[in-house]
Amino acid sequence: MSDLEQLERDLETKIIAAETLAALEDVRVSALGKKGVVSERMKTLGKMTPEERKEMGPALNGLKERVAAAIEAKREALEEAALDQRLASEKIDVTLPTRPEPKGKIHPVSQVMEEIAVIFAAMGFDIAEGPDIEDDFHNFTALNFPPDHPAREMHDTFFFEPKEDGSRMLLRTHTSPVQIRTMMSKKPPIRIIIPGRTFRCDSDQTHTPMFHQVEGLVVDRETHMGHLKGTLEAFAKAYFELDTVQTRFRPHFFPFTEPSAEMDIGYERIGNEIRIGQGEKWMEILGCGMVHPNVLANCGLDPDEYQGFAFGMGVDRLAMLKYGIPDLRDFFAADARWLEHYGFEAADQPNLATGLSR
Amino acid sequence: MKFTLSWLKDHLETSASLGEIVETMIAVGLEVEDVNDPAERLKAFTIGEVIDAAPHPDADKLRVCKVETKDGVLQIVCGAPNARKGIKVAYAPVGAYVPGIDVTLTKAKIRGVESHGMMCSARELELGEDHDGIIEAPADAKVGQPIAEVLGGDPVVDFEVTPNRPDTNGVAGVARDLAAAGLGRLITKTPAPVEGRFKNPQKIGLHFPEGAEDACPVFAGRVIRGLKNGPSPKWLADRLRAIGLRPINALVDVTNYLSYDRARPLHVYDAAKLKGEICARLGKKGESFLALDGKTYEVDETMCVIADDNGVLGLGGVMGGEDTGCSEETTSVFIESAYFDPLRTAKTGRKTGVNSDARYRFERGVDPNFVVPGLEMATQIILDICGGEPGEIEIAGVVPKAGKTIAFPPSEVKRLTGLDVSEAEIERILKALGFGVSASDPWLVDAPSWRPDIDGKADLVEEVARIVGFDKLPNVTLAPRAAVEKPKLTPLQDRRRLARRALGGRGLLEAVTWSFTDERFAALFSEGADWLKAKGLVLANPISSDLGAMRPSLLPNLIAALQKNADRGRDDLALFELAPAYQGDRPEDQEIVAAGARLSNPPRHWQGTERKADAFTAKADALAALEAAGAPVANLQTTADAPKWYHPGRSGALRLGPKNVLAYFGEIHPRILKAMDVDGPVHAFEAFLDRIPAARPRPTKTKPALDVSELLPLRRDFAFLVDEEIAAAALVKAVSGADKKLIASARLFDVYAGKGVPEGKKSLAVEVTIAPREKTLTEEEIDALSVKIIAEVEKATGGTLRT
Repeated sequence: MSDLEQLERDLETKIIAAETLAALEDVRVSALGKKGVVSERMKTLGKMTPEERKEMGPALNGLKERVAAAIEAKREALEEAALDQRLASEKIDVTLPTRPEPKGKIHPVSQVMEEIAVIFAAMGFDIAEGPDIEDDFHNFTALNFPPDHPAREMHDTFFFEPKEDGSRMLLRTHTSPVQIRTMMSKKPPIRIIIPGRTFRCDSDQTHTPMFHQVEGLVVDRETHMGHLKGTLEAFAKAYFELDTVQTRFRPHFFPFTEPSAEMDIGYERIGNEIRIGQGEKWMEILGCGMVHPNVLANCGLDPDEYQGFAFGMGVDRLAMLKYGIPDLRDFFAADARWLEHYGFEAADQPNLATGLSR
Repeated sequence: MKFTLSWLKDHLETSASLGEIVETMIAVGLEVEDVNDPAERLKAFTIGEVIDAAPHPDADKLRVCKVETKDGVLQIVCGAPNARKGIKVAYAPVGAYVPGIDVTLTKAKIRGVESHGMMCSARELELGEDHDGIIEAPADAKVGQPIAEVLGGDPVVDFEVTPNRPDTNGVAGVARDLAAAGLGRLITKTPAPVEGRFKNPQKIGLHFPEGAEDACPVFAGRVIRGLKNGPSPKWLADRLRAIGLRPINALVDVTNYLSYDRARPLHVYDAAKLKGEICARLGKKGESFLALDGKTYEVDETMCVIADDNGVLGLGGVMGGEDTGCSEETTSVFIESAYFDPLRTAKTGRKTGVNSDARYRFERGVDPNFVVPGLEMATQIILDICGGEPGEIEIAGVVPKAGKTIAFPPSEVKRLTGLDVSEAEIERILKALGFGVSASDPWLVDAPSWRPDIDGKADLVEEVARIVGFDKLPNVTLAPRAAVEKPKLTPLQDRRRLARRALGGRGLLEAVTWSFTDERFAALFSEGADWLKAKGLVLANPISSDLGAMRPSLLPNLIAALQKNADRGRDDLALFELAPAYQGDRPEDQEIVAAGARLSNPPRHWQGTERKADAFTAKADALAALEAAGAPVANLQTTADAPKWYHPGRSGALRLGPKNVLAYFGEIHPRILKAMDVDGPVHAFEAFLDRIPAARPRPTKTKPALDVSELLPLRRDFAFLVDEEIAAAALVKAVSGADKKLIASARLFDVYAGKGVPEGKKSLAVEVTIAPREKTLTEEEIDALSVKIIAEVEKATGGTLRT
């Protein structure tokens, strides 16, 4: 065995014996450092004859590369082992709870208003709005409520204190004043829905002094009651997300429509639960009709030229029916438990492409 | 309005079932609210016959009966004293629900003897009050026959009379609609005139000032003498009872009967108690009368009264008087049949608060043409029941014209409803409903006198459509306005959606609270109680005193809600609402506000408890809402001047320019919380979404190209000593402004006062990110920039670099 072979074997033994990165570094320095044994031997090359150098050069270089590679391999192995050892000590209890993040919720009234808007938007309806504090003209007179007519009494109106001129403002009892404001400011064709707050001086288990309505108004030269029926039946199916929703139209009376109707939907009561889209019973969900000629005329539209329909529905009640919410009064109590239970995720933006609701 | 099936059949010859009648009523617009059908209610109960009754071996009062029933001969133990052999009884089988005692029967042993079912009393079946013994059905009743058939009485239908259909306040009006809808033949009898046998002895008159004659244009009456008043015959008493009226005496009951049979209110006076002329006139101030309801009413000159020489007897069309009413002793009556103006009747009714069947009918409009026929009809029934001799009818005034004539092209039906109805059918329907139709072009249609609601073509269309049936309406889709619909929310509307979703995403719960609030609270969150009144925000008729004013701010309701939740143990809560607030009663005084309030007691956590919410949480809420709604939040200035309901030192305003306040935020003033009885602190914000300027319309949706520097940005920290009062924003602005090209951001990361900082000063530390764009900066350039930053800060704030 040449001394070079002996040297290589010695170094291999040392590398294998090195148990820490520091020990390995010592080996590296002793072998490949400036004064290391391999480096010292390399220095001897200069003094050799060309022939000797020709032989020893490659031999020494080969030795140097092999030792360096062995040290590098050992270093990687030691590093791996060190990392494994560290990781083994870094265990956490993954069952510990994460930091609680408060979850916001969207109120069912807002959600359902958006659902309704999405459906009617797809049918070409714009969205119109108006003030909650109204005058007698927009809330009653223009809508064909004769002065002192019993129909006005049915509305349980909230009034404000009379002004000096004797007139008094009121809280709108329906969103219909916006129909008037729209017809008086815009020429047909009109196709709008009107969401908003409405008020009646009534408070019991099924009535709250404030509630929400969405009304609709279509005025043009050809829309008739068949369109009304088609629109509202389509709405009912889309809103309840059920093709089986049954609807029924019954004649009714409203001062501002003629002919007037109410729409019922079919349901069944199972225990305390109301199931829409099945069963033999009927429940009224909205009022509607053809815009009364007097209302058109009051807004400066010729009832022989223009015609159309209007409808109005209670948003809170629609929300109760669709989502099984038992008590209307809870809607306005701001009870966090209720809001969290019946509220909707902020990310659940209603749209028709994905379905209105999850 | 209620009626019984047999009553309806006085007017309608029909083979239709009760179910069909109800369905048809609903279809023509008579909204049935309740049907009380004894056949349905009593279907479990049938006739049985007691074929043997023996004493119970162990109980004196009980009998062991053998009863022949539809289920065979059964043994039934019975305690009724009249349980005896040979009688026909009401048999309730095992399994039947007995309504009067709220029990479902089971097979039982009574004192050791098996009993299979029960024999019921009238009270047990809710057929009457009798509970002295079991029902004894007529001897000709057959075993197995339904009880309802033998004893049940009439089905009662209750329906809603809409204000436009006063004619359906009478059963005859209901029958007319049903006949027109093809359910049978209308057989309502026209009252035959009753000839008077003596000259009218009772002077009658109408005394109205000019212009008020329409209060009572016609007043008819007649005297019947020599009659005998008393309880009504069974058929009449039963009918009234069935519809919930209490029979009083024959004379009064007859007037009530006509009210419900023909929607014709009448009044009968004891003729002996009238003095001088009976007349209709306006009331006079100071007059009053004792009404039939036992109360005394003051009258005034807006009311139409009936009076004699002694004074006011009653309110015309509303309520009669006690003093001239009929009693069992009455032998001579004056029957009044008049027409009272609907509007005046309604006003008088509202003023006096009297709700009577008469008022209900007159204010909706009765048939003026039935004034005299109604009087004839009442006369005949009274004669039939009470005997007596009728006097001649006298009429003051004239019957007002009723029933409009309308030019009606039948094509209107198709135009407004889309229904295809033949002209012949349109004519048939109108005629069946009592309209006159002359087939000119256009048709001339005469509305019947009992239909004051018929005013124009659309009303006639409704008549045709409701009889044809709304179920026949075609189902037509509205023509689309575009192949793909355009956006429907206006930017103003869309802002709310975006702000709502952003606040929900930040962990706030959306509440919807009343638009009203306590007047006291409204004053706290505005310029005060006088301001509220001056702005017209106080309700005249609030639902309750704590909902007396329109809210000028959303906060009082949210803050009150926080406390309510805290009282339930939920004291870590953030609520928001997105709704109108009111600064006055004009449309422009209403504005949409996104407001939120936080009560913060974060739960403990093993990694350390979260910081409590503070004014900066509220500021972040406001900024999040504004940013989502499209406000240019980078350009907002924060100023320390929130309204008085905020803590004066811990609140601020977010402004766009000096005038436009987009939001307030901060801690709610402790004094306000105390006044509201709320434990604080509460941190809140109000963001005024409508005030965000509209985004400038852009020709395309393209975004500007990404412009980033390839060079590494560098960061340098600067700490400045400034006076306590200096606003941090001013310092940050000065730093950023030192070189707008090079300085990408200046982020304030430390605020310190205390040891090492002189009294009255604070230290503000800013991390400046320098983003060279063209070439790497040299040390000299960086130093020059630092010098500039320090100089700018000194110029703007007087601050010096902390060394």
